[in-house]
Amino acid sequence: MTTTLPPLGTPPPGMPQYADIPRLDVAKIRADFPILDREVNGHRVVYLDSGNTSQKPRQVLDAMREHFERHNGNVARSVHTLGTEATAAYEGAREKVARFVNAGSSDEIVFTKNATESINLVAHSMLAASLDPPGDPRLKVGPGDEIVITEMEHHSNIVPWQMLCERTGATLRWFGITDHGRLNESTLDELVNPRTKLVSMVLVSNILGTANATARITERVRAVGALLLLDASQAAPHKPVDVVDLDADFLAFTGHKMLGPTGIGVLYGRRELLAAMPPFLGGGSMIETVTMQKSTFAPPPARFEAGTPPIAEAVGLGAAVDYLTAIGMDSVAWYEKQLTTYALEALHAVPDLRIFGPPTPVGRSGTISFDLAGIHPHDVGQVLDAEGVQVRVGHHCARPTCVRFGVAAMTRVSLYLYNTTDEIDALVAALAKVRKVFA
Amino acid sequence: MELDQLYQDIILDHYKKPRGRGLRDPTVASGSVAQVRHVNPTCGDEIDLRVHLADGKVVDVSYEGMGCSISQASASVLYELMVDRPVDQALSTVDAFTEMIGSRGQVEPDEAILEDGVAFAGVAKFPARVKCALLAWMAFKDATVQALAVEGTPS
Repeated sequence: MTTTLPPLGTPPPGMPQYADIPRLDVAKIRADFPILDREVNGHRVVYLDSGNTSQKPRQVLDAMREHFERHNGNVARSVHTLGTEATAAYEGAREKVARFVNAGSSDEIVFTKNATESINLVAHSMLAASLDPPGDPRLKVGPGDEIVITEMEHHSNIVPWQMLCERTGATLRWFGITDHGRLNESTLDELVNPRTKLVSMVLVSNILGTANATARITERVRAVGALLLLDASQAAPHKPVDVVDLDADFLAFTGHKMLGPTGIGVLYGRRELLAAMPPFLGGGSMIETVTMQKSTFAPPPARFEAGTPPIAEAVGLGAAVDYLTAIGMDSVAWYEKQLTTYALEALHAVPDLRIFGPPTPVGRSGTISFDLAGIHPHDVGQVLDAEGVQVRVGHHCARPTCVRFGVAAMTRVSLYLYNTTDEIDALVAALAKVRKVFA
Repeated sequence: MELDQLYQDIILDHYKKPRGRGLRDPTVASGSVAQVRHVNPTCGDEIDLRVHLADGKVVDVSYEGMGCSISQASASVLYELMVDRPVDQALSTVDAFTEMIGSRGQVEPDEAILEDGVAFAGVAKFPARVKCALLAWMAFKDATVQALAVEGTPS
């Protein structure tokens, strides 16, 4: 008896089919980004620095212009039409962001200046809870308590915790990194223990590109009763991020790395935690009542948004979320995975090039840092710029990671949905020029 | 912007064959010594630089550090220029170099004073690299002022 097999390479029925792969039309996307048409030093710009800040599509620029031209007013305090429209736009952006990360309610979304401020908000609120008598025990830290971060954090997820520990007498502890740039989880049970108050870690490393699998850590965090903050600055722009799935207490990210403007960041916080947290900045809009003796504070998220917020920036971020959602974050993630595979293969083929971080396109993002023949990254970046190729050089605000790999600086390429394989070819050609200048 | 304005042959030569590199102990007992560490926080470049002054002269400038071609070459040029120079002249040379680098290309450098240092005139047009070129020079100025202060202290 013979069975007829489908042609080689075709998945059997019932399995995901080739046609099911989420796709995006990169040429169509590129047409939305006017800056990608400009020249730099006589070459069409090759922008490979989206991990630093992303470019902005026309849709985002138009939404901000439209806001200023048609709906500009202050929020949360005006009875007039323009103020009401501005408030609706600002709160509408909050709802879009809430849906984007699958938050249960838009009240769990606090707008900040950037991810750095989001993390500082939590750290400062914990400091206040530690100093003021009725502080919530989950937020109070003192001598004997521990906060755990990792060796692959951006400075924004290191310094606020160092400051909190210095001020409260708590101890800061670190997950290490393996030689392949993965988080070393072998010490998990000792590192995260009943003394741990909070684990704060990056979802996707801004320097190594490592995409951390958080499930085991989350489970341990829950077992010891600690809190979990995830820095999603390099994750939210590139793949689906779901706070329910991740079971995070806090999630921080920034608008300008995900096609939005600068000046707007996001802190997601579990509703009951935000409700228990003392304010960070004091001022207008965050109060319930103010007397000359004492003030009481508004419920979240207003409690954490003192002063006039970045209104047009929120509108811009909302437009960016709409743009990404229309393409589909699955499509973005899939496309970037293909691009990353191509880039890793191309870079592995460059002589004397050493990649820091995961060498394969599995469990990593399109952020690739490397050393080229010991040539200083500043010199690499300068020659690349002369060829129109824009990359980041330096310690990437992650000095402990550089120290871990024994270098002062790295050259970093970071890809996004508008990049192409042609641009990776241009990078490789420009790297050959670097070799020539410093031969 | 033309890349060879920045990476002049003189600079690449100093980078590949640095002069006076390595921290040295004073060979003569007289005079005063000061050592500083300067860093460029934006890129992590570092230099440890030691100055030995005696009889109003720069006896030695020795240094160790890591950094890009511009910062390494400028330390090498600094060494060549400063050794055996009277201290007041050395400091005015630092000023001339700083002025040239910070001028965005507006100041015509004086080769009689700056010698190989004029090769860095092109750096002035690359604002991101100005700090690289100045790292060793600021360290030298700092160390020299410190050594002078020690010298001025009655023993």
